Amino acid sequence: MTEKPASEKMHIIHDVKRPMLSDYIEELFDDFIELHGDRYFADDHAIMAGVATFCGMPVTVIGHRKGRTIEQNMDANFGMANPEGYRKALRLAHQAEKFHRPVINFVDTSGAYPGLGAEERGQGEAIARCLYEFIELRTPVVSIITGEGGSGGALALAVADRVLMLENALYSVVSPRGCASILWKDPKREGEAADALHITAQDLYSFGMIEGIIQEGQSNAQLIRNVGRALRDQFAELAAVPDMETLLQKRYEKFRKIGVFRQINQQENEGV
Amino acid sequence: MGLLDLFQKTRETSMEMKPQEDEAVKVVKCKGCGAELKAYAYGKNLYVCPHCGRYGRLLARTRIRQIADKDSFCELFAGLAPADPLHFPGYAEKAAELADKVGMPDAVKTGTCRIGGIETAIGVMDSHFMMASMGSVVGEKLTRLFEYATEKSLPVVVFTCSGGARMQEGMFSLLQMAKVSAAARRHSDAGLLYITVLTDPTTGGVTASFAMLGDIILAEPRTTIGFAGRRVIEGTIGQTLPDDFQSSEFLLSHGFCDKIVPRNQLRETLEKLLRLHCMPKGKKRQVRL
Repeated sequence: MTEKPASEKMHIIHDVKRPMLSDYIEELFDDFIELHGDRYFADDHAIMAGVATFCGMPVTVIGHRKGRTIEQNMDANFGMANPEGYRKALRLAHQAEKFHRPVINFVDTSGAYPGLGAEERGQGEAIARCLYEFIELRTPVVSIITGEGGSGGALALAVADRVLMLENALYSVVSPRGCASILWKDPKREGEAADALHITAQDLYSFGMIEGIIQEGQSNAQLIRNVGRALRDQFAELAAVPDMETLLQKRYEKFRKIGVFRQINQQENEGV
Repeated sequence: MGLLDLFQKTRETSMEMKPQEDEAVKVVKCKGCGAELKAYAYGKNLYVCPHCGRYGRLLARTRIRQIADKDSFCELFAGLAPADPLHFPGYAEKAAELADKVGMPDAVKTGTCRIGGIETAIGVMDSHFMMASMGSVVGEKLTRLFEYATEKSLPVVVFTCSGGARMQEGMFSLLQMAKVSAAARRHSDAGLLYITVLTDPTTGGVTASFAMLGDIILAEPRTTIGFAGRRVIEGTIGQTLPDDFQSSEFLLSHGFCDKIVPRNQLRETLEKLLRLHCMPKGKKRQVRL
């Protein structure tokens, strides 16, 4: 099967008929109860989170919410979270740790919100804190990138034991449009940038950055079923990890190994 | 003998501020007020313009000279150079050109030094190399620095500056944020001190990872520090932002940095902070209650 290029997938993942967080929650989880607020400032509607059961197992579910209608989009700030969204996610992740519940993250965001208030309330700090806490969170974490994995705003919810991507999902350090504007001063070349950045699930799998790709099948129902099956498989595998220290060590090593560089003769380097 | 043998060291020689012969006559222009400054005197003034007070951006090696005890810096991991994992158009050429021009293979210098006699692991980012964007090399060197410091029970001081993640390395760059933060976390869990000094400009993925994770966060005055770019925000909210937006003063007033420290007090401040947490080798703290 030939894979579609990133420039084509950019359009697929913006289809409003594509399943979104509320669809996954409704189809895959029982007894979902949404929990609100970061306890410091506000309740960010760009992040939805709560408790539920998955195959009978209590879990914490956290994800980006985008909404389908324009009113929903605006209420959810188009899935672009403010610091309070990340702090809500972190509060509930710690709650999951306390009650020994696994965490499931659904990632679908163009990025963290670039706004005045976001900067005033420490967007950078909020994301940094997610990375710092999720890496040592003493409970299994699985993240699924369902659509857009936009830079730091996505990574904040993707420090996990297992990161999976849907077949057409994209995960990128910069929006292709932003990349084209910065490097070539031409946002219209976003398609070209998308391909040059290597941001498809297949690219990331080949780099060893994600653990699996979920096929989308022919219908939304099938897509959601495949997500459910993938989650079950991941948790079955994670259940076989002997203890928490092993889990955390593996999580650390998974991120530790990422990077491509050369070793050069130090004489080439002038030093201080 | 073990893992640590992998970390080769280079002993650096002369660290003092030697007046270069040509510097005595060379004149540089302040980028703030345009004043013509004698290079040597400007250097003596720590690259702060005596007329307008503008802080010049420092080369990593100059920063180390200003902060570290004389002759105490030992560079670590100097041989790591960028690869071009995505064969991104123009990247390899640009990196090679800058390696030549700036005299270092990527945007961070790492090593150990003494500050006021206290052995410290130090990382200094250098904006002259692709605006100190973070790719695999920056991420790997800082991660190794934290791991080395954890192993040796050393405090870590990182001088940050960065335009953000290095786009040309795609997702390899983004994931460095998680990698460095993870190593910083392990260093912290070992009970060790981490100080960040935010310098101009600290933005994007560096702000959203290790820059904001110090036990103590210092900043130079009038430094640009933020997550999203100013123009991106202006474009999103459709209004012009105030001048002091995303400055170190803005961060201080919103509670995201501990202290703004003028450049001529940085060494002394670091020394005091380090002394509150660690002691020079062989010395014991005298407590008289």
